[in-house]
Amino acid sequence: MRTEHDSLENVVCETEVEIKNAEGLHMRPAMQFVDIASQFDSDITVSNNETEVNGKSIMEMSMLAATCGTKLKIKAEGSDAQRVINALRELVEEKLFSEPAP
Amino acid sequence: MEIKKGIAVSPGISIAKALIIDSEDYRIPRRSIKVSQRADEIQRVRNAFKDAIGELTELEAAQGKAEGGKIKDIFAVHLRFLHDRSLRKKITDLVHSDLVTAEYAVSTILREIAAHFSKVKDAYISERAADIYDIERRLLIQLLDRKREDIEHLTEEVTIIARELSPIQTAGFDRNFVKGIASDAGGRTSHAAIVARSLGIPAVVALENLTESVRGGDTVIIDGNHGIVIVNPDDQTIRQYEEYEKEFAELEHKLDAIRGKPAVTRDGVKITLLGNIEFHDEAETVLQKGGQGIGLYRTEYLYLNRQSEPTEEEHYQAYAETVSVLQDRPVIIRTLDLGADKYTQRKRFAPEPNPFLGLRSIRFCLQNLTMFKTQLRAILRASVLGDVRIMFPLITNLHEVMQTKMILRDVMEDLDEESIAYNKDIPIGIMIETPSSALTAFSLARDVDFFSIGTNDLTQYTLAVDRGNELVAALYSSSDPAVLRLIRMVIQDAHKAQIDISVCGEMASEPEYIMLLLGMGIRTLSLTAPMIPEIKQMIRSVTMEHCNNVARKVLGMNSERQISNYLRAAARKILPEAF
Repeated sequence: MRTEHDSLENVVCETEVEIKNAEGLHMRPAMQFVDIASQFDSDITVSNNETEVNGKSIMEMSMLAATCGTKLKIKAEGSDAQRVINALRELVEEKLFSEPAP
Repeated sequence: MEIKKGIAVSPGISIAKALIIDSEDYRIPRRSIKVSQRADEIQRVRNAFKDAIGELTELEAAQGKAEGGKIKDIFAVHLRFLHDRSLRKKITDLVHSDLVTAEYAVSTILREIAAHFSKVKDAYISERAADIYDIERRLLIQLLDRKREDIEHLTEEVTIIARELSPIQTAGFDRNFVKGIASDAGGRTSHAAIVARSLGIPAVVALENLTESVRGGDTVIIDGNHGIVIVNPDDQTIRQYEEYEKEFAELEHKLDAIRGKPAVTRDGVKITLLGNIEFHDEAETVLQKGGQGIGLYRTEYLYLNRQSEPTEEEHYQAYAETVSVLQDRPVIIRTLDLGADKYTQRKRFAPEPNPFLGLRSIRFCLQNLTMFKTQLRAILRASVLGDVRIMFPLITNLHEVMQTKMILRDVMEDLDEESIAYNKDIPIGIMIETPSSALTAFSLARDVDFFSIGTNDLTQYTLAVDRGNELVAALYSSSDPAVLRLIRMVIQDAHKAQIDISVCGEMASEPEYIMLLLGMGIRTLSLTAPMIPEIKQMIRSVTMEHCNNVARKVLGMNSERQISNYLRAAARKILPEAF
């Protein structure tokens, strides 16, 4: 994990996660991801090797079509960037999307 | 404003909002907009999202907490998509950059996304394409005013716009609200045209790509007199047409004034004018327009729009109601004339490769005897209520006549055994609508009480032209010398055998053919009710001597074009206002 201070307010954080649940990032997991991402102020982008998408858009997230085993890079930029990374990593790698959407 | 030219198939003017019926589930044609419409169109996209969200939120709430689980998840996912700004932006961007309609942009973008999912090898994800199609549908329902499925439950006046209208669709029209009909496909004798004429609704067909130019809710003018459709007319055009509509109504009114007068030529020859009907409630219209009976009661509608075959009682009720309106006037009931269409085709494992030459009409009945006998029983039972006559369609040879009469006798014997009353001398007739029956009319005439010439099918089969096929529809003409020779032959054979003869095809409702038909010896015409006053006016304006001359001249001519030009010119001289 890497943290950069652009300015006082703007922090950029990045991490890589692996999709471990069998179903991959299909609709419901994508929805959970987007719901959590949307609670934060930071701009969030998610990328696989080919494309980079907006982590707050369910359409873009689901179009990543990330199957089980896919590695995704999550990048957050904003005052709460660190908390974004923590929350999303927890959802993807620890909870394995098993919690119902808030 | 856009003006389209097609074929006028049912007279009258209508100005109403478009209702698009699309048989190919939600395929939206590409349609361009002007730069000035861009903002409105983008707003339509936003509104559609907002309304779809509102609808879905209600649905989700109605699901209740108890059911929870999967269905709620689906709603939740769909809602997230509808709230997704990136998605909305993709769609509005497309409207902005390509100048296309909201419908087209929604459909294009969502189908792109669905296609993207379908390509993914993982089943969990590829199956999600179905959700995207669902979302597309939700948005399109908002954009298309959610009217498309509701043609049977209309609450405001509309013009029906379709690629092609099937009998099933037209049978479901609410006549109080359908003010006009326009379709991409079809010809003068297509089903849409026949239904429109019988309901007295202005209609234009063969507009080729009208559905690409009209959007649900657009104002559309249908000019059924000239075959013109105007999409989104400007105020001045609307005013012109309102004026024209009024004048046309006045002409109709003037024609109505001759309703009570007899259909008799200037030199005193009486002509019988009967009405063609499809629904029993049209019988009233026939009388109102001055018809002297029903010359063709089509019974197909009894079989359409339903899952099971009609019962004997349902047949009987329809016939009894019609006869009660007509009292002692003749009612000629034609037995089921389906085939070459969905009703018979869907019962087959494999569709017929050439249905117009296949198992249709009387052929279908003779192979489905239980169904056929049910209808015959009902007709026979109704025969004691008035002057009921029975007519068999699409006869091609004597054997079919014999077979059909034998089945009718079987049914009569059944009724005798059950002591149910019927008219033992019910007149039995056949339609002459194939070249083979026309060529053998002299022998068929010995075994039936009357002929009725079905000029539409006779023309189609004689000229080998599918009248619904735009590519060859221009070859279809009852003015063709081959068709006219057959008609004259049938009339002469009927006269020799001293049986009744009438014409019940479209020719009988077209003013330009009246002098010719009378001149060839026809004294009974059966036609669509709205045209009766005009045809009567024509008859009252001619002398039989003139008609005989016209017929003699025409039968000496060799080309279709020469004949049709001559007939039109002759009729225009007699009745200029009809042209």
